[in-house]
Amino acid sequence: MDTSQESKKQYEKMVETVSPNSPILKNCLRAFFSGGAICAFGEGLYLYYSTFSFAEKEVSLLVSITLIAISAVLTAFGIYPKLGKHCGAGTIVPITGFANSVASPAIEFKKEGMILGMGAKMFLVAGPVIVYGTLSSVLVGIVYYFLGR
Amino acid sequence: METKRIGKQTVRLREPVVIRAAASTVGPKEAEGPLRKYFDETVEDIFYGETTWEKAESHFVEKNMRLAVQKADLLMEDMDYILCGDLLNQCSGSIFGTRQFKRPFFGLFGACSTMGEAMSLGAMLIDGGFAKYVLAGASSHFCSAEKQFRAPLGLGTQRPPTASWTVTGDGAVVLGKGGYGPVITEITTGKTVDMGITDANNMGAAMAPAAADLILAHFLDTGRSCADYDAIVSGDLGWYGRDLVVELLEKEGCHLDERYTDCGIQIFNQRLQDTHAGGSGCACSAVTFCGYYYKMLMERKIRRMLFLPTGALMSQTSAQQGESIPGIAHGLVIECPPKEEK
Repeated sequence: MDTSQESKKQYEKMVETVSPNSPILKNCLRAFFSGGAICAFGEGLYLYYSTFSFAEKEVSLLVSITLIAISAVLTAFGIYPKLGKHCGAGTIVPITGFANSVASPAIEFKKEGMILGMGAKMFLVAGPVIVYGTLSSVLVGIVYYFLGR
Repeated sequence: METKRIGKQTVRLREPVVIRAAASTVGPKEAEGPLRKYFDETVEDIFYGETTWEKAESHFVEKNMRLAVQKADLLMEDMDYILCGDLLNQCSGSIFGTRQFKRPFFGLFGACSTMGEAMSLGAMLIDGGFAKYVLAGASSHFCSAEKQFRAPLGLGTQRPPTASWTVTGDGAVVLGKGGYGPVITEITTGKTVDMGITDANNMGAAMAPAAADLILAHFLDTGRSCADYDAIVSGDLGWYGRDLVVELLEKEGCHLDERYTDCGIQIFNQRLQDTHAGGSGCACSAVTFCGYYYKMLMERKIRRMLFLPTGALMSQTSAQQGESIPGIAHGLVIECPPKEEK
């Protein structure tokens, strides 16, 4: 097999022609409606919790806690990956996706022990989000300090 | 010195090596596939009664290898060598699956081409006079492979259309001299071929050039063409990988017709089982050969086949460091049992 740069490029083109792409439009629509449904559900929770005598901040916190708990339970029962298959970004982007990304490695690596397994691997997927999320919030904070006030 | 080499990559065995028995044990998804009736054992429980997926894979190895020896009417003590491998780090699936056999053991890594590697080396050991019987096999497990190479099973992600589905199971053969069974006559050993593919979700594309390279080398060494075979069967290229092999060879002026297929295409029903590009993993070619093709050869429905398990030689570290995915294929010519010996 000729493995020159030239033929590698040709092969790459051949692969692109043969391999089907992900159905982007279908995926986008599904993500839009499922993600929207989760957010609407969250809004419903917000209204419900607001009927009790909680402060506004506490209500938001309760909504997040409820969504995270539901997501973790669905992950534990193997339902979340099935939803994720159809909903895609719709179930990944909201806070439920974050909960799923922490719960799923925690379950997966429990077999390697509580410390080196579950404890160490729990943030395998979510870790980068936390690191770069924190970092970017610091950067935004600095920019805000100098320009935004 | 007498040489058994014919051409650059192919050897012809002095005496054909007989596949005395073949055994296949598969998981629940494979048992729902189109080849279900050809497998020896189907296991409903993905854990196979164990507590972890890795242990389950070793359980598949142990049970199925015992079954292969039993089907050959032999004892484990008769095996001069065990050759096998899997996808897990340090071949742990094979090591823990065979440790209680207490037989001389070579652990192999050829990624998903391991079955071809094991059968090739086993046949050479026998033809070289170093062994009377060799137990050769390969295994993979969907869950242990996902855990090691991809994402946690519980993570809600979408698989792209080119992704393949790792086959759960173990395939094993007992190779020997004499006796009745399909015979290995020639071996074409593949080279590492890297066409620069980096997409770990398109293994078929990464391995197709290696398969095409092997088929071409085999035809060149033996002077044969596609018409000389009843079946040419690659390991786990899947639907799109197969198309790429056909296209690559067409460019080289070598035409493959419908006799060329792939185990990854055959093992699952793409539409009903939602397996996207098809089956993959060491067990894909191993169980398809040991289950389906072994029986086709025994029934003489296939007289001569070129069996070429394919492998993507990558690790998680190499992929994360931006390395491309080299492919390999190991080819064996397997013929139906000679008629008069029955």
